[in-house]
Parts: sequence; C-alpha cells; structure tokens
Amino acid sequence: MKISFNINGQPQTVDVDGNTPLLWVVRDVLHLKGTKFGCGKAACGACTLHVEGEAVRSCSYSVKFAEGKRVTTIEGLGTKENLHPVQQAWIEEVVPQCGYCQPGFMMATAALIEKVPNPTDEDIDNNIVNICRCATYYRMRKAIHRAAELNQSSKQIDQ
Amino acid sequence: MNNKLLYLLLTSMFVGVVLVFANIEAETNSQTPATEKSEVEGAPFDKMMAVLTHKRCVNCHPSSDYPRQGEDRHVHNFGVQRGADNHGMPALRCESCHQHENNDFSGVPGAPEWSLAPRSMAWEGLSRVEIAKSMLDPTKNGGRTLEETVHHLTEHELVLWAWEPGVDANGNPREKPPVPKDEYIEAVKAWAAAGAVIPEK
Repeated sequence: MKISFNINGQPQTVDVDGNTPLLWVVRDVLHLKGTKFGCGKAACGACTLHVEGEAVRSCSYSVKFAEGKRVTTIEGLGTKENLHPVQQAWIEEVVPQCGYCQPGFMMATAALIEKVPNPTDEDIDNNIVNICRCATYYRMRKAIHRAAELNQSSKQIDQ
Repeated sequence: MNNKLLYLLLTSMFVGVVLVFANIEAETNSQTPATEKSEVEGAPFDKMMAVLTHKRCVNCHPSSDYPRQGEDRHVHNFGVQRGADNHGMPALRCESCHQHENNDFSGVPGAPEWSLAPRSMAWEGLSRVEIAKSMLDPTKNGGRTLEETVHHLTEHELVLWAWEPGVDANGNPREKPPVPKDEYIEAVKAWAAAGAVIPEK
C-alpha cells in the first residue's frame, strides 16, 4: 500500500506492506540509518523517533499509522551548522561510548525537554527508560539537564 | 521370519502415526491456550465476573499507579507509570509503544484508547462483589449510568480487546478470558436487565 508522510521536513511516499515497522521503512527504504534496531520488542528504545512530536518506538509502530503525519528522526533533529540543544549537550558532556543506543536516547530527550522544560532527576527517571549497555547513564543525566538549559536559552533568544 | 518382519514394520508404522498425532495435538494446544468453550458455569453474574477478574482486565485496573502485564501480572517493565491523564508520563506515553492494534512483530498489544482505568476504578485486590459495587457507584465509575456501564463493558473496543489479545514478545498467544466474548456480552446484558443485582458473595 502507498503511505505518505513528512519526514524531516520532506514529503515522502512509500509503497510497502502497511504493517511494516516504521523503523525498517526509515532504515531500509528511506536509507536513514541513524535510527537503530535494538531489541525489536519496544523495550530498549534504540529505535525511538518522533511522530507528531511524540517519542515513539518505531520497531513497534506500523508504518500505516504514519499516514499524513510528521516524522522526525535523529537526522532531522538539527544540522551541523545549527545543532539541536540535545546534540550540543551530548557533545559537551562527551556522552557516547559505543554510541549505538544514543540516537534513541537523544530523541527521547528532545521529546522530554519540549514537554518538561526543566526536568528533575525524577522526571528523567520517569520518562527516559531507554537502555544503554555501556551504562553511560551518569553522563546522559548531566547532558539531559544541560540540553534543557540550552533549549530554554535558545527559546529566550528567539523571543 | 517374514511374519516377524511384517510385525516389526506394522508396529513401527503404528508408533510413527501415534507420535505424529501426539505432536500435532501438542502444537495445537500450545498455540491455543485459551478455549473458545466457556469454562464457567452459573448465573450471568458469575460469568461476567469471571471475565472482569481475569488478568486481561485487571492488569489495566491496578490499585497503584503502575500497570501490570503478562500472564503472571508482574508490574509493567521499565517503571512505566499512570501519569496525570492515565496515558503515561509526558514523554513516555502509552502510545509510545502501544498503537491502535496489536503489533505481532514486537508482541506489543494495542487497541484504541490504550490506557489505564482511572484510579477510582481500581479493581486489583477487590473481591468480585466489591468490583461490581464499584462499577455501579457513580462516584467511582466516572458518573456512568447502568446503561452506560453496560455499553462500556460490552462495546468498548479496549474492553473487547481481551478476546483478541495477540501474541506476547516471544510470539506466544496471550490467554483469553475464561468465557467466550458473545457469552460474556449476553451475560452482562442479562445481569443488567434483571436489575443488576449483586449477590452477597
């Protein structure tokens, strides 16, 4: 079936089985490899991306549900010239170790700081439940707080 | 000698056929743990409550702010919580993983309006009589009339998902309630039509 949606600001139409997980359409049809396959059971969060601004586990999201919606992957979060606050914070805090799970964490964080602009440690624990086998959680927590600061600063500048 | 060979051949064939049928039966049983035949005899109230006290219902009617999941009714993995609107935390919504239908690839269940029942509708730990009283109490049931409660129990897609629960993360079918859907719906309506009487036990 043909499914049309907007991904990272660009309109796209794909012709695939509607039950295909969005993850595989993003990676194998649209060749955006930043979103990762981890567990395939919506447990680890490596495949997290945004649909209409909401963090979604794309391994458990049939592409048919994306019809007419706005999808954002890690590739669309920011640019090299204009980093998203989450990307800037991740660089400042040197978060990644192997790096595999990081796009999922970053997308989950980007969703969090839009909804909870100044998250506490408890907010982070309650909302970011992705899994990192390198256990970069300590640096991640620092980076999430830093990303929130940067996000608020950039919004104040915009105003 | 020839008779012995014939005997051995026939015996081997018989054993083979028995093993094949035993295997087919075992596979069939493992794929359909829930029966379509009612396991519950008795009055409409008994049949209705056998469903409403089943894990497919109670897992999402917890007495805490944590959903339960699975056949063993363990607390939902990942520290998932109710949130202010019963749909999860601000950036970890039920819809982050649960869509409008079951996902057979991931084993994540789904149905429209996937969420926890409000806290006032907590059933976990209650007896069937207490659950029934709670269902009829407008201060606990969201202000529903009996007619509206019956509608919720018999027509709400999220409730009826219990009979189409899909497969789990390992591909195993989830257990269905012990009463077939049509028989359950008939029992709810019969119970309501007879005055929604709640027995003492």
